[in-house]
Amino acid sequence: MKSESHMSARHLPFGDTALVVEFGNTISLEINTRVIALSEAVQKAKIEGVEELVPTYRSLLIRYNPLKTSYEQLVFRIKDIEKTLKETATKVESKRITIPVIYGDIYGPDLVHVARFHGLSEKQVVKLHSEKEYRVYMIGFVAGFPYLGEVPDEIATPRLETPRLKVPAGSVGIAEKQTGIYPCEAPGGWQIIGRTPIKLFDPRQQPPALLKPGDTVKFKPVSEKEFKTIEEATLKSVYSSFSEV
Amino acid sequence: MKVFRVLKPGLFTTVQDLGRYGHLKYGIPISGAMDTFSFISANLLVANNPNDACLEITLIGSELQALKRTQIAITGGNIPLKINGQNAPMWQTLDVQEGEIVSFEKMESGCRAYISIRGGINAPVVLGSKSTYVRGGFGGLNGRQLKTGDIIEGFDASSLRFRYSMPEELVPQFTGKFTVNVVFGPQADMFPEKSIDTFLSNPYMVTLEADRMGYRLEGSTIEHKDKVDIVSDALLPGAVQIPKNGKPIIIMRDAQTTGGYPKIAVAITPDISLLGQAKPNDGIEFSKITVIEARKRFSEYQKLLNGLGRMLLKSQD
Repeated sequence: MKSESHMSARHLPFGDTALVVEFGNTISLEINTRVIALSEAVQKAKIEGVEELVPTYRSLLIRYNPLKTSYEQLVFRIKDIEKTLKETATKVESKRITIPVIYGDIYGPDLVHVARFHGLSEKQVVKLHSEKEYRVYMIGFVAGFPYLGEVPDEIATPRLETPRLKVPAGSVGIAEKQTGIYPCEAPGGWQIIGRTPIKLFDPRQQPPALLKPGDTVKFKPVSEKEFKTIEEATLKSVYSSFSEV
Repeated sequence: MKVFRVLKPGLFTTVQDLGRYGHLKYGIPISGAMDTFSFISANLLVANNPNDACLEITLIGSELQALKRTQIAITGGNIPLKINGQNAPMWQTLDVQEGEIVSFEKMESGCRAYISIRGGINAPVVLGSKSTYVRGGFGGLNGRQLKTGDIIEGFDASSLRFRYSMPEELVPQFTGKFTVNVVFGPQADMFPEKSIDTFLSNPYMVTLEADRMGYRLEGSTIEHKDKVDIVSDALLPGAVQIPKNGKPIIIMRDAQTTGGYPKIAVAITPDISLLGQAKPNDGIEFSKITVIEARKRFSEYQKLLNGLGRMLLKSQD
């Protein structure tokens, strides 16, 4: 997909309590990098009235208190911050995490279909999926769900025609060029190729999600035995997926 | 401290406070009471803090038995109630003796009502809030709606010697017709002028697909210019999405935090609270206002909420 990055960002109102800074309308590393850089810079600037930042694939939502600032004032401040970003490349803190996955069988019921769709063997799909490092573009959909990209073209697969009512927690899926992990049981239409035993979301932890936008993820194929061992350790909270793996 | 035993849960009853803020980037919605005005009122009527946890009931009320002497207040949509079989009023402090049963009849107007308990409901604070988020399975009572046999825990609090009540002119009336003020954007430019006219000049109806996550509306189709999807970005309550079929979806407090449908407009804060009382078959009309006007209304709304405690009537009967 050709990247459609706006030369300069667009500033758009979002009701009476937020504004959106939009950098484009495609999934691209360049756009997402700009989003996260701005998010970090706004965070650091500690602007009066700014309450929360939500970086996504292609835009940054800034939630504010209209009693403490206004849309016009904020746009002015944000534009100033954007100028400084162009001059200095900002270093964004991010981590690299390895996620163990058992592929196929009952854990990845769509692995067969993904392989057939591309005329590959299941082994080849697993290799292609687990070889690459993925960027966390955003967290959304349900608590802790990471949108990762991008999978190699050879395994990019459209969503299921009829979404499943229940996708088990830990399921690893593909939707077009995206890959993602279901942190909890949820309805969903992604092609499920495997499952991880680790927890991606725990409301008792701070932060509550294992991953954040800008982080890097690599999948590591594991056997059923390894899967069970990690699963048990996770349940006993011995295996903490919240420390770097 | 045990305050109530749930004899009947009602249709969908959850513990809520004003919401869970600051975790949207982890995919965690704001949740919290759908009708902020009625929720805060319920707390003030028993001299609680505005953010103390209450029960939110939906269309069909619960039946609760008091396990100790307490004081409560009921606000929100108009729902006749009884304490031990005797009619009792909404919008004022009510005494409940140990063993007495609080029960409700069918909701006559609106969609949600709030039950505050003097001292507030005791529930674990998860990520800064006691609000139940059912889809995520956390907050409130084990992350779920109430069920028969549940015990509602409270805090020790002295009995009020006064009875508070809401001045009649401040009690909201829900007629089933809502005018919702919206600020256009962030994706209003994905719609032609004709579609903007359609959106603003036709009434829409809330369908049966309406819950704490959002409301699907029925009405005149709103056509997109060319593209019908966007690369997903952030959602907040009040956002009006237009999916492929051209029928608006209003995002509410438990919705997912990102979405791939263009948002033609976003409802302003006081009207999101009002929408908390919309139920299936209710009518909604959208009205356009500027960001500047929206800020003015936000400020007036906050003033109203901040001053509410002082406007309550006090009596000693």
